[in-house]
Amino acid sequence: MYEHDVLVIGGGGAGLRAAIAAHEEGADVAIVTKLHPVRSHTGAAEGGINAALRDGDSWEDHAYDTMKGSDFLGDAPAIETFAKNAPEEVIQLEHWGMPFSREDDGRVSQRPFGGLSFPRTTYAGAETGHHLLHTMYEQVVKRGITVYDEWYVSRLAVTDHDDPEDRECHGVVAYDIKTGEIAGFQASGGVILATGGLGQAFDHTTNAVANTGDGPAMAYRAGVPVEDMEMIQFHPTTLPSTGVLISEGVRGEGGILYNDQGERLMFEYGYANNEGELASRDVVARAELTEVNEGRGIEDEYVHLDMRHLGEERILDRLENILHLAEDFEGVDGLEEPMPVKPGQHYAMGGLEVDEHGETCIDGLYAAGECACVSMHGANRLGGNALPELLVFGARAGWHAADRDLGEAQIGTGPSAKSEDEDVDTPVSPGAIDAGDEDVAADGALVEPTEVLDHHVTAEEQRVESLLEKDEGVNHAEVRADVQETMTQNVNVFREESNLKEALEDLRVARERYQDVYVRDPSRTFNTDLIHTIETRNIIDVAEAITLGALAREEFRGAHWRAEHQERKDDEWIKHTMLAWNDGNPDLYYKPVILEGEDKTYEPKERSY
Amino acid sequence: MSTEVTEKETEAQTETEAESGESAHQSRRMEQKRQQASQRDLEEEARTEIDEAEQTIEVKVFRFDPEVAGKEEPRFDTFHVPFFKGMTVLDALIYARDHYDSSLTFRHSCRQAICGSDALFVNGRQRLGCKTQIADLEDHLNSTIRIEPLPHQEVVKDLVVDMEHFYDQMEAVEPFFDADELPDGDLEEQRQDRENREKIKMSTRCIWCGACMSSCNIAAGDNEYLGPAAINKAYRFAMDEREGEDRKQQRLNIIEQEHGVWRCQTQFSCTEVCPKDIPLTEHIQELKRESVKNNLKFW
Ligand SMILES: Cc1cc2nc3c(=O)[nH]c(=O)nc-3n(C[C@H](O)[C@H](O)[C@H](O)COP(=O)(O)OP(=O)(O)OC[C@H]3O[C@@H](n4cnc5c(N)ncnc54)[C@H](O)[C@@H]3O)c2cc1C
Ligand code: SF4
Ligand code: FES
Repeated sequence: MYEHDVLVIGGGGAGLRAAIAAHEEGADVAIVTKLHPVRSHTGAAEGGINAALRDGDSWEDHAYDTMKGSDFLGDAPAIETFAKNAPEEVIQLEHWGMPFSREDDGRVSQRPFGGLSFPRTTYAGAETGHHLLHTMYEQVVKRGITVYDEWYVSRLAVTDHDDPEDRECHGVVAYDIKTGEIAGFQASGGVILATGGLGQAFDHTTNAVANTGDGPAMAYRAGVPVEDMEMIQFHPTTLPSTGVLISEGVRGEGGILYNDQGERLMFEYGYANNEGELASRDVVARAELTEVNEGRGIEDEYVHLDMRHLGEERILDRLENILHLAEDFEGVDGLEEPMPVKPGQHYAMGGLEVDEHGETCIDGLYAAGECACVSMHGANRLGGNALPELLVFGARAGWHAADRDLGEAQIGTGPSAKSEDEDVDTPVSPGAIDAGDEDVAADGALVEPTEVLDHHVTAEEQRVESLLEKDEGVNHAEVRADVQETMTQNVNVFREESNLKEALEDLRVARERYQDVYVRDPSRTFNTDLIHTIETRNIIDVAEAITLGALAREEFRGAHWRAEHQERKDDEWIKHTMLAWNDGNPDLYYKPVILEGEDKTYEPKERSY
Repeated sequence: MSTEVTEKETEAQTETEAESGESAHQSRRMEQKRQQASQRDLEEEARTEIDEAEQTIEVKVFRFDPEVAGKEEPRFDTFHVPFFKGMTVLDALIYARDHYDSSLTFRHSCRQAICGSDALFVNGRQRLGCKTQIADLEDHLNSTIRIEPLPHQEVVKDLVVDMEHFYDQMEAVEPFFDADELPDGDLEEQRQDRENREKIKMSTRCIWCGACMSSCNIAAGDNEYLGPAAINKAYRFAMDEREGEDRKQQRLNIIEQEHGVWRCQTQFSCTEVCPKDIPLTEHIQELKRESVKNNLKFW
């Protein structure tokens, strides 16, 4: 058994920031991560980090842009906290030596980004995330924070009270990928989940292979509700063959989208007459797919993104990495030719429900970064808002877990925050098929920390043992591929009721097949077969939550387009879709969106770009 | 077209008798399970998948597992993988793993040359699997592509090497920014010239893949040599004008040690393999010059 005050699960941007904050507060903190921190997917972020730094800009404007970008599905206390704290966090990175791009006067450069009323996106070339991740890891090394790298966390050690809001988290169960050793990690202060995205639920994604939604799935099964899961962002410019991202920075610098007629599609067909290529991501993604569906796509699949007119010097100065990506992964020279692009899964706006201190309804369990939903991105995240989010809320989760008093939270969490129940008409009953490996079996008997940990360690040992022991069955890769396929077919940019139902049925089949899954590799040494098998279970759970949310939300808001419901229905739908696992019988309910900020109320308006 | 997908190159499978007791029994059982399953899957899937593919490539992959009978002696397995345009070495490995043998083990994550986890030894050269187009490998359709773990690093299993030593060297150069003084006020920036940022820009691109260290003859012979990546990291900070003179002095002291910059014999192998095109050898040379200048001061 390992013991620390605060445990941070995940070594990406959110995890590193949380760990530094907890350390600052005097806690003995450790990071447990399945990848070495510098391998985390934060390193892939390209475009930039938003913060109101300059005269003429203000946090209030940043907050307003964010609320509008969210299509009024964001919670004001989260958005205001975010916009106020982002500048300090960004300058802190600068003080930690992050190699930002610079202006002639030596200050940090900023550029325009989609949906922003001011060019407030700070950046370091087109590899901002790489520099942010490495700069923060350097600070972790400097402070001597313990890192358990290549340890896979597979279970949370949570008490088994009936009501999730009475539960407490005492630590996690993880196993050492190198040796297969399964161990308990006890945390007296708190556990912070910072496990990143869930793009692997789809087959065309900008996300890394490790982004399998482990955090949301584990905590969801342990009783934390997931929020607005249907809100998946599809990025308009990914390379068709791999899903590798071409940064929004290209459009920010003046890149142009063309269809196969050579028309500047955003203006030609009136998708965004003012902002053109810089309209928000959902708008541009739909525009591109509409072009393809109407026969104006190139090779019936994609459109062109052209940056040649920006000139070699500017491209090399600000977008050099894009040239490498286009060349290495698509064989296209961006200086000579336009780049092929199409929409791809990119970001999960939804996630684990947390308040603005990062805490979930389970005492001592926090979440930050992409796996969490403090509800600041609502129905659509603005480019450049995820990195400052993980800084601001990663830090707050770290401080709070280490006991800093952040005052009363305004965002309510847990099933008791519900405003109404919903019954959606689902073709199959979602949730567990075999409750055998339940993460919490609620009977209220497990309370003592060490007892709780022991219980969960034993349960995990049994699960791993049985996966390894089984001689034959289904390979997880088949199940995973089926899930990815149905999600991409049916729960993509354009959503129809019949498709969503089909996806739920396919996911049910995947669940059934998963019961038969086995691990062929018998080794305890670096068994990736085992890891991928466990991850696949998580992918099924998050995929189902996404689809259920999409079926429930009968309106068109932000990234969530529904064929049968082509309007934003403010009267009915300014509310969050919540899903609570409820021991394998998911409960769907709603909770109101908070539009009242500190000094003003954000009035929903039609978004036009 | 051939449906035989794996072939064992060594005779190691039979040499398990030396083991005894429970664990040997268990590992034999596990090994049987592995082989049966692989046989079954291979036959079925190879038939359907490969018949449809127009072209296939042959990849020969290094295998080793210290724990599993038949795998504790290193060997190579050969996989025939359908070839498609734009396919990378990593794609071929993933295909082989997902369709033929799920125990095939390698690190990977971002598949876009930024996480640094899939540096491999492909056809005799250190490369990132995800960034290496099969079509760029010479004669890829007619000869075998050979994939091995990074040389000079201890193999944990199959293509996975132990990176601890590499990380230790990286951390030995005190890889963190340490400005003398910070500007007054939380929101005040430490100004940096564009030229200075340009100067350090390439050095900040390192993704810790370990390719350079693995290609370096000196590092292979001297375990204490800091190695190109760590020295490059030292360069990144020593050349950053926002750190003060004292800190720079301390940094030079570190890289001047016995196993520091002076070990480099300018063979350029690190520079040649670096997937991020960092001019490593140049950076090492520049630090040598700095260190000479630095020592002159005291004479
Ligand atoms: C290609 C791309 C470009 C982007 N560009 C931008 C941009 O320009 N600006 C912007 O604001 N946002 C951008 N985003 C979004 C943003 O980068 C991500 O949302 C953010 O980096 C996620 O950070 P994170 O710390 O939450 O997760 P990650 O960086 O993904 O880290 C997750 C960590 O959790 C660990 N982990 C996961 N599961 C487990 C487990 N079971 N056990 C142990 N450890 C585990 C992993 O090892 C990893 O260390 C981009 C995203 C992508 C994919
Ligand atoms: S310097 Fe280049 S080769 Fe060496 S670890 Fe860094 S990226 Fe890899
Ligand atoms: S998979 Fe990340 S560098 Fe190749």
